[in-house]
Amino acid sequence: MSESDINKLLTDISNLREQLKEKENNLVKLMSNGCENGSNKYCANLNPEDITRYSRQMLVPEVGIDGQEAINNAKVLVVGAGGLGCPASVYLASAGIGELAIIDYDEVELSNLHRQILHNENDVNKAKVDSAFEKLQSINRRIKIVPLKLHADSTTIKELFKNNTYDVVIDGSDNVATRYLLNDVCVFNKVPLVSGSALQLEGQLTVYNYQGGPCYRCLFPVPPPPETVTSCGDGGVVGPVPGVIGVLEALEAIKIIIKSPGVLSGRLLLFDGSITKFRDVKLRTRNSKCAVCGEEPTITDLIDYEQFCGAAAHDKVINIDILDSTDHINVKELSTKIGKNNCLVIDVRPSLQFQMCRLPNTHNIPLTDLKKPESLDKIRNLINEHNLGENGEVYLLCRRGNDSQRAVTEIKRNMPDVTVKFLNVKDGLHGYAMEIDKSFPVF
Amino acid sequence: MKIKVDFSGGAELLFGNQKHHEVDLPVKDKPWLLGDLLFWLKDNLLQDRPELFLQDNSVRPGILVLVNEIDWELMDTINYEIQLNDSILFISTLHGG
Ligand SMILES: [Zn+2]
Repeated sequence: MSESDINKLLTDISNLREQLKEKENNLVKLMSNGCENGSNKYCANLNPEDITRYSRQMLVPEVGIDGQEAINNAKVLVVGAGGLGCPASVYLASAGIGELAIIDYDEVELSNLHRQILHNENDVNKAKVDSAFEKLQSINRRIKIVPLKLHADSTTIKELFKNNTYDVVIDGSDNVATRYLLNDVCVFNKVPLVSGSALQLEGQLTVYNYQGGPCYRCLFPVPPPPETVTSCGDGGVVGPVPGVIGVLEALEAIKIIIKSPGVLSGRLLLFDGSITKFRDVKLRTRNSKCAVCGEEPTITDLIDYEQFCGAAAHDKVINIDILDSTDHINVKELSTKIGKNNCLVIDVRPSLQFQMCRLPNTHNIPLTDLKKPESLDKIRNLINEHNLGENGEVYLLCRRGNDSQRAVTEIKRNMPDVTVKFLNVKDGLHGYAMEIDKSFPVF
Repeated sequence: MKIKVDFSGGAELLFGNQKHHEVDLPVKDKPWLLGDLLFWLKDNLLQDRPELFLQDNSVRPGILVLVNEIDWELMDTINYEIQLNDSILFISTLHGG
């Protein structure tokens, strides 16, 4: 099948989908006629459809009529339409949160689908908030959903809080800078912050800034060193883990809205999926010397959070450039050499990534092992086996061409006696996939 | 003195990727303070990059310490006197989503 056939089908499908959406919307409008908000002869404050729709949660005494009305009148901001934000917003929308705003700047990627349950195969490359909006609307057309395709930074968040009063904010973000930003804005506006996070098989959950409880800065006055922060893109994450945490974020938000006494404030819930264990630990109280929520705060307005954390407010990789211009080879040049007798390529990714996919005729020595004497011996042996001679070249390869630069530096430092040249493969395997062979899996 | 030491949230990566440790602290004249334990762990259990565990005589920013599931801030932090069978938990905070 040719590329033009594929494109034509994609266009046809997208047109049909638009038509279907329009018809569905019309149907919902016609069917919900005479079902407007507000009082009616059977129930004072809720309309008949709402009573049926929300009956199963209203039957719970802790929710009841008052709780449901509070939920219907609530305004919640969900930051991130990813692994946490998707499950959280599904439950918030279906519970009837009156206005649900979702902020995210990213587009859907294939590698998101295993955990970001609102997005499907047809949404790849679409804005996450648009994809989320469509699905949430089809779950509950009686609430207002506000998709915000914005990068959450001091400017956008300040503007948002100037124009809106939120009852709860859900932190489903993926980086430290955004976590501090949301904490501070929630302290300034006296809004409880439901904060969840997940990585690999573990999750964490707590509620900050709630009824005199601690804020994020009370616990973490100083941001962590950037090299200690692992993203889902590097460390990986098993889908149900953010699923569990995101669902619990929605539960805490609902509990805050219905004024439940059991909100997870001043406590931290730890979930270890590897042994299926929940642990609930007691946290410190609000710190009277806290820089933002203390008695004499030193931070009274939003700051530059990327600068404060020394890290960008997203979980994407930032490219480095630490070598001389002569220390590189590009993927085109590499592709003409690879597989030949005297071409030695060392892939410095973690061994798990090497097992997932690799170029043929390459050798794996992870960057973290380059300090070990046995790794250096292995490199010496490979150089001999490949008959590289004094002026030979060794090519260092990784995912995006950053760790391979670090590897060049590390090897040069550890093997000053070796005369062959160590070169970085510019743009790494991503570059190879982009320029040489699209069938090489990118992740 | 036997105690339990646990690591989670990625802090275990510095300790041989093992989350749970049964630790037997050697006998000494003065009581074992939590601050002493930090350095004992660094010298005896830590396998990699001490700067990612300790900074300025305490744990590095981003690690929470819990004594029997209670924040060490409520237990006098490094001055807490460790008791037999105590459970000390080091949690590295996660940021992914
Ligand atoms: Zn605070």
